[in-house]
This record gives sequence, C-alpha cells and structure tokens, in this order.
Amino acid sequence: MSGSVEAVLGADEDVGREPATPEIERGASLWRDAWHRLGKNKLALISLFVFIAIALFCVVGPFLSPWDSQQQDLMIGAQGPSATHWFGTDTLGRDLMVRVMEGGRISLMVGLIATLVALLIGVLYGATAGYLGGKTDAVMMRLVDILYALPFTIFVILLMVAFGRSLWLMFVAIGFVEWLSMARIVRSGVMALRKQEFIEAAVSLGYSHRRIILKHLIPNVLGPVIVVATLTVPAVMLLEAFLSFLGLGVQPPNASWGVLINEGQQNMEIFPWLLIFPAFFFALTLFSLNFLGDGLRDALDPKSARD
Amino acid sequence: MALLHVQDLKTYFFMRGGVVRAVDGVSFEVERGQTVGIVGESGSGKSVSCYSILRLIDEPGRIVGGSVMFDGEDLLQATNSRMREIRGGRISMIFQDPMTSLNPFLRISTQMVETLRLHTDLDQRAALHKAIAALEEVGIAEASKRIHSYPHEFSGGMRQRVMIASALLTEPDLLIADEPTTALDVTIQAQVLDLLKQRQERLGTAIILVTHDLGVVAGTCERVNVMYAGRDVESGTADQIFYDPHHAYTQALQKAIPSLQTKGDLLYTVPGMPPDLSKPVQGCAFYPRCPYPKLAPPDGPPPELVVLTEGHCAQDCQYCDRSKPIEDVLTSDVTEAFE
Repeated sequence: MSGSVEAVLGADEDVGREPATPEIERGASLWRDAWHRLGKNKLALISLFVFIAIALFCVVGPFLSPWDSQQQDLMIGAQGPSATHWFGTDTLGRDLMVRVMEGGRISLMVGLIATLVALLIGVLYGATAGYLGGKTDAVMMRLVDILYALPFTIFVILLMVAFGRSLWLMFVAIGFVEWLSMARIVRSGVMALRKQEFIEAAVSLGYSHRRIILKHLIPNVLGPVIVVATLTVPAVMLLEAFLSFLGLGVQPPNASWGVLINEGQQNMEIFPWLLIFPAFFFALTLFSLNFLGDGLRDALDPKSARD
Repeated sequence: MALLHVQDLKTYFFMRGGVVRAVDGVSFEVERGQTVGIVGESGSGKSVSCYSILRLIDEPGRIVGGSVMFDGEDLLQATNSRMREIRGGRISMIFQDPMTSLNPFLRISTQMVETLRLHTDLDQRAALHKAIAALEEVGIAEASKRIHSYPHEFSGGMRQRVMIASALLTEPDLLIADEPTTALDVTIQAQVLDLLKQRQERLGTAIILVTHDLGVVAGTCERVNVMYAGRDVESGTADQIFYDPHHAYTQALQKAIPSLQTKGDLLYTVPGMPPDLSKPVQGCAFYPRCPYPKLAPPDGPPPELVVLTEGHCAQDCQYCDRSKPIEDVLTSDVTEAFE
C-alpha cells in the first residue's frame, strides 16, 4: 500500500505543472499538512516502516535465499528452525522462510491489486452517481445495494466454477466486492461537495461534467478514500486467506499466507513453527496496515484525531 | 440592440409540497458596458434569475418559460456544449462567498490556467502569464509568487479579488455578480466594488450586480431592477429609483436605508415577511405588508407594469390608497406601534 499512498500524497506536485522558477512560493498544500501530521504520529510511522520492511522481505528475500520454494527434500521432512533453514522446513522438506516470502508476495499482491481494482471502480462509480444525483444516482446505488446483498462466498464459488481457478480471477472477485463500500463513501463525499460554491463556480466557468468529476470532485474526496483503501488492503488479504483456507484461492504448489496458515494449523501440535511463522508475518502486516490507516485518518481529518 | 434581453423569464421549483414560483415573469435588458443592479429581499428571486441566465438551475428547479437573448442568441434554446462555451467564456459569474468558491485542493494558478486554456488557444506558459497579469491588475502584490498558493493561504478580500480576476480572465461580455460583497466587511466591500468598476471601464464588460444593499446599487449601477416575490415591481435608472420611487415596496426599501441626516433610535424595517411562493399570488404580492391604507381585497390579477416616464416602469397597484405620500403613512404607523 505504501507505494500508492506515497504516489497519491506526492500527486500534488504534478498538479501545478507550470514552468516554475525556483524562487516562486509553491504554497503549502493540504496534502503536505497531512503528511506533516502523519510524521508526528509515531505508531503510524513505525507501522509504515514495518510494512515496508515486510514488503521488501517478501519481494527481495527469495532472490537472496539459497533455497527454492518448490525444492522438496523428503529425506529431511519437517524440521524445526535451524542455522540452515532459519524458519525450519515443512512436511515435504521445503524451506519455510522462502515459502513465507513467496506466500507474502502473493498475499500482498492480492491485497494491493484487488484494492486498486476496488479503488478504481468505486471512486469513478461513486463520484458519477453522487455528482449526477436524481434518478441516475438512485438506479446506480440500488445496483450497489443488490450486489451487497449477494453472499460473497457463493459469488466467488460461482465465478470459480464458471471461469476456473486463477489468481487473476481472485483479484477480480475480491475487487468486485470491495468496490461497493468505496463507491458509497465516495458518493456521500461528492454529494456533500456538489452543492458547494466552487463546484457551482466550475460549472459557471464552462467546465464539462467529466472534468468537474475528475479534476475537482475526486481530489477533494481522496482523503477518506486513502484511509478506506489502507484499511481495505488487510481486509482483502483476510478474504484471500479465507478463500485459500477453503481451497478456493491460491492452488499448490503456489502458496499464500492463507495457504501456509492452513497447512500449519493441520500440523499445529507436532510442527508448531509451520503455523507460527506465516501467522506472525500475516498478523504483523494486518496490524501495521490498520495502524497506518488510523494514522492516515487522523492526519487527513484533524478533527477526528481529538476524540 | 441590447447585449442581454431577458423576457418574461419563469423558473419554478417543483417540490414535493407544490410548485415554488421563484421567478415568475422577469424581464430586463443589459446594454454593453452597462451595470444593472437587481435588488430585493432574500427569497425574491434575484439569484435564481441570474442562475437561470446561465442555465445553472438544478433539479427540482426548471426554467419553464421566457427567453434569454444574449447577443442575438436564445440561451434557453442553446445546446449544452454551446452553453459550456458561453459560461466562463462570454458570461462569467462571481459568487457570494469567496471562502467557498475556490477549489481548496487546487492551486490558484491551476484553477486560473484551466479556465483560460478551456476558453482560449493560449498554451500553458502564455496562460500562466496572463493569469499573473490578471492578478496584478486586481491588486495582488507579488502575483507571480502568490499565484502558486492555495486558496486557504489568502484572506477573504483577496480571494474575492482572485475570483474577480478569474471571472474577467477571458474578457467576457457580461459578468454576473451574485452579491459579491455580502460576505466581506465594509472597507473591503468598497475596495471590491471600486475594483469591479475599474475593471469594467478597462474591459467594457457589462455587469449584473445582484444585491440587497441599496447603498451598493446607488454607487455602482446605471439601471436598477427591483424584484419582489419573483416579479419585477419596478425598474428604472438609479436616479429614478432613488429619487422618485413609485412602488410601495421600493419606497419602503428606500426608507429602510439608514441615513446620516435622520436622528433617532429605531431604524425602519419593512414589516412582515416575503410571501410564500409555493402559493399562487393573488393580486399584489406586497399587499399584506403594504403600509398604505387598503382599498380592496387583492383578488384580481397581479398589477400590470406601466411605463411612468422614459425608462422607468413599475407595477401599478390598485389595491391600496396611494393618495398620501409614504412619509405620512409611515409616521402614523410607527406612532401607533409605540402607543
């Protein structure tokens, strides 16, 4: 998530793409204020670093490790942590550390991509509904209500049956469910903004609907959207773990944290490290993202921080 | 031919409780380079008339009748894309509250350049230079530095200057100023009005100035339209409206202006409230509040606008006794109230 948070927070730099000479005051944007406030929040800052560390561990780690995640060694079987296998090995003798790293890659990827899908659909859909209002809004939001009412598991099982199991389908399936709440949040934000004079002024200056939605409304609701997105990533990762746990998600020999935790709990009493290591990283990631989300909420909406 | 000719404009709001006739047959003209004031109380339909000119009326409101001829083109018949060209390009608007009419998330430069590039062929650099020049002309010091600021870094008066600069950026033929000084304090108010006047002289822009402050009108407008309950009750040159008001409402409004000459402790206010526009007006809308002695119950059609003298017309009301001048009627009223 950190990548896209920074991308959005840094986005104000390209807002003024004018030829700027160095001595021109750039003005302090609301984003910079929020960034500053976030910097003062120790817990959020630590969470951000923990999250980046985990992400680096998962992405870069496998290249540095001498072991291959698919390489079985049935002679040794499951072994506890040792100098050769830091996290131990699983029942097929595969190095658990590499499996945790690669599982993390998949879990994080699902979390980020599905959130991105949800973000894209949700923001555009919600902003359009909120801006147009009236009957269009009513129809669009009733559709959201209907989709909300669909049982998620059945929906995913149907998708899997219809299109076969694939990682990409899971991105789509989860993203497709998560955009609903995003759309609602954006819509309510846009509805509140729509009656403000600066939107009226934008209309009176001859801006088109598209331009107003994309350039004037969406940037104004990005604050809550970023918060929700940060909190959506762990939710999506949990969903993925849940699906994998049920056997609907990532298929062996690939592994996600959800798959590893599932394998681990089957052998929990004999080989506890198989559960402990993936669960630890998963929990740490969820914690850091949640704290980061809370911190962002306080930073982007200073009023809520006083509570 | 007049630059803008609004004829019998009607804008109704179709609410659940009934139809609100916010603007019910308003007509006026604006010549090139002229300043026309529209005055009236809150809820008399001033702003709705202006929004209707640019077709900025949202649901549940709808323009149900009349025509808005702008430079020979009926804006009520124009396509949406044509309207977008006119809005901001040939007719601009300034809003009441400068604190909320600039987008808080975009730099001033971004907002001004965006407008310019939309309506002119200027490239980024040229547009920026023009925007800086426009800010300098409205008296923003070090405009080339300040232009990259965000709206919240400006004070209220400065923001209204920025609004004026943005609105005049494309050199429109007509500027609609919807209570541009209401949210500002009195000293800033004078500065902003001076600025508007000065920019008008330079660019030859016509201005429609919506206000409920007759003092503002007296200082700036050539012609004045007095509105009450969604209709014109009187229109004329500023002199005619101020020195020879005909309609009881105009007279009462004028009495309500505090003056330095009169001494006393109570300021005159027009008694009562504007009528509920969701009910059809019987006869004269001002009847219940009219200080003149009543003659007949107001059950006829609304009074006709009649031409009094060249360029001065007013509703000719038959329901009250207008034989005595308003001063006499008012003094007796006030004394009664104190007894």
